[in-house]
Amino acid sequence: MGEKWFVHPYIPNSVPDIREEMLREIGVDDVEALFVEIPPHLRFKGRLDIPEPIRSEAGIQRHVEQILARNKTCKEYLNFLGAGCWQHHVPAVVDEIVGRSEFVTAYCGANYSDHGKYQTRFEFNSMMGELLNMDAVANPIYDWGHAAGISLRMASRITGHNRVLMPKTTGPERLAQIRNLLQPQVMSTHIAIVLVDYDADTGMLNLEDLRNKISGETAAVYIENPSYLGTIENQGPEISRITHDHGAIFIVGTDPMSLGILVPPADYGADIACGDLQPLGIHMNCGGGQSGFVAFHEDVAYLSECPLELYTIMETEVEGQYAVAEMIAERTSYGSRDKGKDWVATASGLWTIGTAVYLSLMGPQGMKEIGETIISNARYARNLLGAIDGVNIQFNTASFKEFVVNFDGTGKSVSKINKSLQERKIFGGKDLSGEFPEFGNSALYCITEIHTREDIERMVEAVEEVIK
Amino acid sequence: MKKVKLRKFHAASWDEPFIMQMGNAGERGILVPGVDPEIAQAVGEVESLVPENMRRQTPPALPELSQYHVLQHYLRMSQMTMGMETGIDIGEGTCTMKYSPKINEQLVRLPKMTEVHPCQDEETLQGILEIMYKLQGFLSAISGMDMFTFQPGGGANAVYTNACVFRKYHEERGELAQRDEMITTIFSHPCDAATPATAGFKVINLMPDKNGYPDLDALKAVVSEHTAGIMMTNPEDTGLYNPNVEEYVKAVHDAGGLCFTDQANANSIMGIARARDAGFDACHFNIHKTFSSIHGCEGPASGAYGVREELAKYLPVPVVTFDGQTYHLDYERPHSIGKVRSFMGNLECIVRAYAWIRSLGPDGLRLVSETAVINHNYLDKLLMKIRGVTRPYGPDKRRLEQARYSLEKMYQDTGVGTIEVRDRMVDFGIQSYWTSHHPWIVPHPFTPEACETYSREDIEYWAAVIAQISKEAYEDPQIVMNAPHTQAIRKMINLEQLEEPEKCSLTWRAYKRKKELA
Repeated sequence: MGEKWFVHPYIPNSVPDIREEMLREIGVDDVEALFVEIPPHLRFKGRLDIPEPIRSEAGIQRHVEQILARNKTCKEYLNFLGAGCWQHHVPAVVDEIVGRSEFVTAYCGANYSDHGKYQTRFEFNSMMGELLNMDAVANPIYDWGHAAGISLRMASRITGHNRVLMPKTTGPERLAQIRNLLQPQVMSTHIAIVLVDYDADTGMLNLEDLRNKISGETAAVYIENPSYLGTIENQGPEISRITHDHGAIFIVGTDPMSLGILVPPADYGADIACGDLQPLGIHMNCGGGQSGFVAFHEDVAYLSECPLELYTIMETEVEGQYAVAEMIAERTSYGSRDKGKDWVATASGLWTIGTAVYLSLMGPQGMKEIGETIISNARYARNLLGAIDGVNIQFNTASFKEFVVNFDGTGKSVSKINKSLQERKIFGGKDLSGEFPEFGNSALYCITEIHTREDIERMVEAVEEVIK
Repeated sequence: MKKVKLRKFHAASWDEPFIMQMGNAGERGILVPGVDPEIAQAVGEVESLVPENMRRQTPPALPELSQYHVLQHYLRMSQMTMGMETGIDIGEGTCTMKYSPKINEQLVRLPKMTEVHPCQDEETLQGILEIMYKLQGFLSAISGMDMFTFQPGGGANAVYTNACVFRKYHEERGELAQRDEMITTIFSHPCDAATPATAGFKVINLMPDKNGYPDLDALKAVVSEHTAGIMMTNPEDTGLYNPNVEEYVKAVHDAGGLCFTDQANANSIMGIARARDAGFDACHFNIHKTFSSIHGCEGPASGAYGVREELAKYLPVPVVTFDGQTYHLDYERPHSIGKVRSFMGNLECIVRAYAWIRSLGPDGLRLVSETAVINHNYLDKLLMKIRGVTRPYGPDKRRLEQARYSLEKMYQDTGVGTIEVRDRMVDFGIQSYWTSHHPWIVPHPFTPEACETYSREDIEYWAAVIAQISKEAYEDPQIVMNAPHTQAIRKMINLEQLEEPEKCSLTWRAYKRKKELA
């Protein structure tokens, strides 16, 4: 260490006397003696090429704050971006609870010392079960895309088939993530993805194309409701019927924020529901707030093929006292490595706690009201934008909080429009011209309960100005 | 060493019902913005906006509680959870339960992080992109790799990313159909076996030789033209640094495969040894372990995945670049594997790691690793004096930052095994230890890791708890067998139900239904 030595507040045993005493107790003269197993030629001889330390806490705070200050935020700008990460209000009580030291710093402690963590997980599962009208909710994983991918893999294992049908409206980034999970064609365990067309007017699934592409070899039909493009799919019962007639599994990806006013997927026949928890009380965190849920009916075939941790209520020696514990653990990769179902791992535990608090605060009435406000706000924005000369709404069907706006008639590209909006401190909708070139110059606008009428009107006026 | 006084601890025990049993119809936890009257007038009734067959008719049976009572309930839940900040968490080895500095927590909770959308124009993301870019450089310095991605949402997701990158590499060379075998070692984390299996590879698990290292002869026997690569760990969970690591790398390279090292156990090697120098093509770090991001009851986590130059083109998109003035997000990478997680990953973890490294500098990072190794060796000295504790493999070999111990002897002598000890130790106010991944190659295992966070007194306390439980096991085993005694709840019964799904209930509604049926 030499002249650079300093006692570090995160390292109690950096006090030289303590270190010396500990080395003496261990029975060595020098710390180097503890690294004897590493061959000398594999030892790193230099000094790490990273900057000198900022020694004070005040200095660290100043330094990082100065860098982060270069981010512009959705509080400073009026934001209309969504596309899988959505700006909703995060209740103060959620922040208070997910900021609790015990939850922030706990990890894999067992059932007794971490009983509160386990009970909260069970409550999360139970409330999501109510929202989704399903009895089995797994412990969440990274995000919607991963949840959808492993749901499709579950369906493949349950049915023994290796072909799945997905809508062409699936977001390309989510699709890329799912493609990785379903493997390239050359792999012997590859699952083929067949994309099903959408109706050009409504954005809903083209049922004729679905009927043409489905067969007795289909493992699953996956749809999204609301879709990536924001449209509400109202053919759920029919898609479910077609799917089940062919012995396939019906999987629905959904935005749980919509389920105070929209029918849960189970009610129109979904066997598996999946999606992202982020809208339910998690800050956007530049994409760091995602958490993928998977739910299904209480069916042993599904439970046995689910790769995620499953928690059950248990009883204790004291009558009337409950515990919560992991069930059929052998099935997971923790239990059986490569012989387990896919893999399970550290993913987004804190966000399940945040979601539990969120749903407890909202209750049935809160979820209904927020759904009503969102769908009304979004329709208002959609109507005003659609009324601008040269601006068109892509689909004529119902949508929840997002919708596709086409700017072809303005003669301006979305990137140009968004740049101009940004100068007016507005983040316009996500540019879809790369993701869905068939929509021309289009953008995906997202409106939620955080937008006021004035916000929407300000955005619409700005759009009118910048397309001139 | 001073005599250790064991605490008379009792956990909070609130006897708290499930939240689904609480509250009253009509109570509200929060009010949300209503529909603006002018908007309502303009767009009409909500019913008219939702297709008739899509309207929810039955409201979800969520609890109805006032705000105070929701807060109180979850505060009680938190109090019945032992965070690493209250209980000495030396026991959760391989997890590197280190202190996550509060100043960094404050920084990631600033609106400059929480209120940022990942699809914003890169011009408005310059702060976070700068941190990502610079942290890539720091991790490259620590590992010797050339380029990193932070997209994976956890360590296993990074290991999976590696399986996808190796897959793409062989695919582009037209050899994937032939190279469909991935090799790993049984003491590597289960994800080193499970994620390549999910990626479509046949997996070969190497068993340890008599010294505890993966069997090199077995490796030489299995490498072939079918080998895609190896995904291994060094040091493994045994804490033994494998001195012949280059021979493993060479055997796989000679067969045309690639080599990845899982660096979940990197807390002992910062500034000491680098993955690239041992010949590895790729590696990962658990940002929530080695680099002090929070554990958060298992996430949000971050797996930083790094590769050497030749593999950089396969990394997931987008990649952060710098032109000397401005940071950019590069999506135009035709060889990329695409995505392994949405957006750019859990970037709050990245900010914590950046701030942590900046507070330490090059010598500080090395001090972290040295101290972690000193702490472990100090703990080892204490543990090896305890009756019933053994440490398999290489009795004379130095362990680095952790080791796997066995209570097999205690179990044989007394009937008290590792699960019982785990459930007893919490009565002394420390977190339950982690045993080992499955299969238990080492019988009745436990795997402590006394990282740099812990003081000498913490280590002595932890060892004293194990010594006390050993004494109980040999003198009055019922104390241990009936533990825990001072926790939020008493011992679970009917554990066999955990293997019988039809007897389990994953939600309150399922439980209620079954109870009523019964």
